[in-house]
Amino acid sequence: MIEIKNITKTFDGRKVVKDVSFKFEQGKTNLIIGESGCGKTTILKLMVGLHQIDSGSVFFNNKDFPKLSPLEQQEIRQKIGMLFQGGALFDSLNVEQNVQFPLDMFTNLSEAEKKERVNFCLERVKLTNKNHLFPAELSGGMKKRAALARAISNKPEYLFCDEPNSGLDPKTSIIIDTLIKEITEDFNITTVIVTHDMNSVIEIGEKIMFIHEGENYWSGTKQEILKANNKELKDFVFASEFMKMAIHGN
Amino acid sequence: MIMKPFSHIGAYFLLMKRVFSKPEKWSVYKRQLIFEINSIGISSLPIIAIISVFMGGIITIQAAYGFTSPFVPLYAIGFTTRESIILEFSPTIVCLILAGKVGSNIASEIGAMRISEQIDALEIMGINSASYLILPKILAAIFIFPFLIAISMFLGILGGYVMGVTAEACTPYQYIFGIQTYFEPWKLYYSFTKVLVFGFIITSVSSYFGYHTKGGALEVGKSSTSAVVYSSILILLFSLILTNLFLNR
Repeated sequence: MIEIKNITKTFDGRKVVKDVSFKFEQGKTNLIIGESGCGKTTILKLMVGLHQIDSGSVFFNNKDFPKLSPLEQQEIRQKIGMLFQGGALFDSLNVEQNVQFPLDMFTNLSEAEKKERVNFCLERVKLTNKNHLFPAELSGGMKKRAALARAISNKPEYLFCDEPNSGLDPKTSIIIDTLIKEITEDFNITTVIVTHDMNSVIEIGEKIMFIHEGENYWSGTKQEILKANNKELKDFVFASEFMKMAIHGN
Repeated sequence: MIMKPFSHIGAYFLLMKRVFSKPEKWSVYKRQLIFEINSIGISSLPIIAIISVFMGGIITIQAAYGFTSPFVPLYAIGFTTRESIILEFSPTIVCLILAGKVGSNIASEIGAMRISEQIDALEIMGINSASYLILPKILAAIFIFPFLIAISMFLGILGGYVMGVTAEACTPYQYIFGIQTYFEPWKLYYSFTKVLVFGFIITSVSSYFGYHTKGGALEVGKSSTSAVVYSSILILLFSLILTNLFLNR
């Protein structure tokens, strides 16, 4: 379980995250949603320590991450898997080496055991027979799958995904979303997904936090989001004609 | 504006502190070191070989052109070529060329990793990205540069021989006698000390500019340019300092 309490962040005098609190539950897909530039990716980066928080706390299983020593932070980070918006695969390594990288760095497994784990992860994300391709040779969807395989290779307890289906076609987006949900349930991990895609909200959103201008404006489930009366949230959810037609039928 | 150079110097030393902290796993770093020796060193061999042979030839012809007095013996051509190549051309000029080739490569590689979030990915995994990315490059340069420069010295002197003899500037005997005359081995110690310092400067300064890239492709290009410019200036500055320390009697 991850909990953030009253976190605040200011960049160049502009407050981009304002006193945000939320509990991300284990074994569930927790979504941070909001329009572009509202501060959702900043919240994600504050949670994993890529940005320093100005005030507030981030608890990983009741341990206040920003207040831990660098060594203790490193221990927690080894339990984190992260799927970046662009995949962030290492260009100089092929798919297999990318997925094996965390195992090389942090485990004492034999080469055979590592290969077995790599193949298991690649099969899990349905990316087989691509082991020896380099990131430049992969499509956008394949990159996301390879990055997801790398994120889960070292059996993480926490999975963070930053816009996992940006730049993907609707069909591939659903495949990636479904994979993340299945992995979350199968391995009982705490998953936090940043997205502005309403399809993802409807497909996999179990616990949702809506961010507007750096503030936590609303939180609830995907069933509740469609009935919420919050004006900003409704503007976001029903921004497209497609959503209005799909939900209200007109 | 006035504080900017100082903030760069401070950030550089903070980065170096992170670079020289204990690696997470030596076996992975060792693999990376071998990769970098190939990438930084072996791949630079063709350009160094070509430049050294040509420069050796040019120095020989220029020396022959300058020695018109009958009081200057022709073996002085070989002597001048050897001194020029060992003292300055191979350790300094070749390192300036390496600053262009290797330095821009390192800065653009690390800069591209920064803007594509690959460095963030390393940090999230709990890896000291500065150490993992930069330490093998510095160690590889310090290890392989002396070999490259030794090859450059050999090929430069050989190029001088071929050019001197074919252009009939001197006889083979005069040239070989010249390169053996008044040879002081400690000058090699001076040259290779410079090479080690320059190897560290090229890799660490270029890595610093790459690591602190912010923005997009345009900024990667700017980092690459800054890496070459500052590495070259520092090479010349330290060449002056070391020359003053070693050769000023």
